[in-house]
Amino acid sequence: MHFHKYEKIWLVFGIVALTIFLGVVGVSAFSHDHTPAGGMHTIDPKKVNETAPFDKPGVTQLDDDTYQVAIVAMAFGYTTPEKLRVPAGKEIVFHVTSSDVVHSFTIDNTKVNMMAVPGQITMKSYTFTEPGKYLILCNEYCGTGHHMMFNEIEVY
Amino acid sequence: MIAAQDRKLALSNIGVAYTAFLLGTLCGLLQVFIRNDAIQLPAWLDYYQILTAHGVLLALIFTTFFIFGFFVTGMSKSLGNFGPKVRLVSWIGFWVTVIGTVLATAMIVSGEASVLYTFYAPLKASGWYYVGLALFVVGTWISSFALVSHYMVWRKTNKGQLSPLFAFMTITTIILWLIACLGVVATVLFQYIPWTFGWVDTIDVELSRSLFWYFGHPLVYFWLLPAYMAWYVIVPKLVGTTVFSDSLARLSFVLFILFSIPVGFHHQLTEPGISNFWKFLQVMLTFMVIIPSLMTAFSMFATFETAGRKNGGKGLFGWFTKLPWKDIRFTSIFVAMAFFIPGGAGGIINASFQLNEVVHNTLWVVGHFHITVGTPVAMTFMGLTFWLIPYLTGRKFTKAMQKLGFVQIVTWSVGMLMMSTAQHVLGLLGAPRRTAFSSYNNHASTLEWFDGIISSHVTMAIGGSILFLSAMLLIYIVVMTMFLSPKAVKEKDMVEFPMAESGKASTPKFLENWWIWIGIAFALIFIAYAIPLGDMIQHAPPGAEGLKTW
Amino acid sequence: MAKYNEAPEADLKGTLICVFLVGLVIVVMWVAAYLMYTAR
Ligand code: HEM
Ligand SMILES: [Cu+2]
Ligand SMILES: [Cu+2]
Repeated sequence: MHFHKYEKIWLVFGIVALTIFLGVVGVSAFSHDHTPAGGMHTIDPKKVNETAPFDKPGVTQLDDDTYQVAIVAMAFGYTTPEKLRVPAGKEIVFHVTSSDVVHSFTIDNTKVNMMAVPGQITMKSYTFTEPGKYLILCNEYCGTGHHMMFNEIEVY
Repeated sequence: MIAAQDRKLALSNIGVAYTAFLLGTLCGLLQVFIRNDAIQLPAWLDYYQILTAHGVLLALIFTTFFIFGFFVTGMSKSLGNFGPKVRLVSWIGFWVTVIGTVLATAMIVSGEASVLYTFYAPLKASGWYYVGLALFVVGTWISSFALVSHYMVWRKTNKGQLSPLFAFMTITTIILWLIACLGVVATVLFQYIPWTFGWVDTIDVELSRSLFWYFGHPLVYFWLLPAYMAWYVIVPKLVGTTVFSDSLARLSFVLFILFSIPVGFHHQLTEPGISNFWKFLQVMLTFMVIIPSLMTAFSMFATFETAGRKNGGKGLFGWFTKLPWKDIRFTSIFVAMAFFIPGGAGGIINASFQLNEVVHNTLWVVGHFHITVGTPVAMTFMGLTFWLIPYLTGRKFTKAMQKLGFVQIVTWSVGMLMMSTAQHVLGLLGAPRRTAFSSYNNHASTLEWFDGIISSHVTMAIGGSILFLSAMLLIYIVVMTMFLSPKAVKEKDMVEFPMAESGKASTPKFLENWWIWIGIAFALIFIAYAIPLGDMIQHAPPGAEGLKTW
Repeated sequence: MAKYNEAPEADLKGTLICVFLVGLVIVVMWVAAYLMYTAR
């Protein structure tokens, strides 16, 4: 098996570039906590409304700098008792699950793009920098009303 | 010329492929207009029903049948005519696949299966939809088995020899496909079918998604490798040279067996139930599968440069002008390759762990697969069609058809450039995929997305319309070359199968020792999947009940 | 691996430049996406 000299140069370049890409995302993810949405907690999809934190969906202040937002996605909306309002500059930890089919909880123009899977709890921590009204939408097909599934979160 | 019966088999496959293409692109046209709020559907028809049909007909049916048509022709050409048993088994495979297709399509049409081609539980379609899909897969296995036995007969009579490159690559693709399907067969047989027929009440959603994506990623390589086969084996002949390096071509193909399977989690980066460690491990494996594509890029340019220089191209880029640009069989595939450059680069972005959050399930993804499978693969298949059908029917590929071929390729390129660019930009702005027209109650963000010149629904709709026009031109060419063009009687009118020579004198024999590659592939699959899937099963939440939300 | 039957090293300077252009597309697109990610 013979590699042309230039092919070797090209492959070394390619492998180095790919390694750098992986290094950058890996370091940023694991040492600066920039991991994508996820989580290993499970939940009984039929008992979502009785299980904490989804028994009291909405915003809860945990301490001075941290807020928790619990959201249940369902066809075709998100259960939130009142309007969602969170402060800018504070860490917001979103907990999302679904009580029926798979949905997403996606906040436009942010890194919050979470799948909502029945039986699982998805978590994502995010800190808003800009106040404003952000569109929340479902970007995973969930049925006839999928394109009507949206909400809003206000950052103050 | 290959045996008449083998030609009939190949033509039947290609016929089904283009029937699916016709219906599928019609759905595509409707989609761009619905998203543009230009048409309102009657109450009995739903956007998501159309989208399900589009995905299934184009991504599954069109690709798979075309691939088998191409394989049958090439295997018969390079290894000799099929024996009676191989032919019989191939026909059985063909019919089982057709029955599966018809069953699944009927369920979609009747509105019982608007679950998209990924059929994520607990959306619950009619059980017959899953039975149809299962039959489809089993049918392809039977056809694969026929091709593998044809190959084994050849190996027996040609002991100690490396097989022709076309056959080698066909077998690689088939091995990849067989291993990949294990995931989808497992979930359909053991999860979906018992659940939809009411034998069990609930389904483990996260497990079904993981098994689906164990299949879903290699599925895209099952589309891509036949296109790569055309690039490696057909294109050199069209430009007037030989395969650049037989051994590296084979090496890149076996690397695909190794690295295209243990990577499915890169489709599940933003979901729960899989820890970051396993997600990232599969991201690293995903990056490995980029390497054989980098090798392919080099081989292609090297092929062009070698050929162009042989034809008198001088200087650094003189060879470029010496390529057979007037030959539509070549130009189509060249443009297909060009589309794959941004397509592949976009794929690297999608797979880059947390960067996936920016693009996941946005229209960017739709743009992405239209410039991977929708053009590099599909347009390579178009480029093959131009000679494959006349070769099989013994008809002429007339001057008029060649001109029309150019129009078809140019319109597809322009339409796709418009549509996919709009989709990429809209996706980056945040517009979701798989979503009918919605302004989200005229939310300011939504209005902003669609405000641009490129990022407007109009660009997408114009692009989509040009694409549909192009698709209809292609259908016309297919019908003409299949049934109506004049028969080629004179030697010079006969259309040939352009198969390039490939010097295998210095190709190491171990490349064709399949057990090595299958063994390593399973070892990698075990490493990437055993623990996370084991955990998922052990710590499974109570299952989810099925719902028909459409 | 034995090298005897391979063609002598062909002149592939154009190829080298072309693949590096491909590499450039990959790097530029990736960096742009990364910057977009960090900006959100
Ligand atoms: C006339 C040509 C075509 C047009 C106008 C078109 C249009 C579209 C549009 C607008 C969507 C996105 C819908 C959405 O997410 O809401 C879509 C999805 C899709 N297209 Fe195409 N397309 C065409 C050809 C193709 C071809 C040739 C292929 C593959 C061989 C293909 C494969 C797909 C797939 C797999 C999806 C995703 C389906 C899903 O999300 O479930 N398309 N197409
Ligand atoms: Cu939805
Ligand atoms: Cu993939």
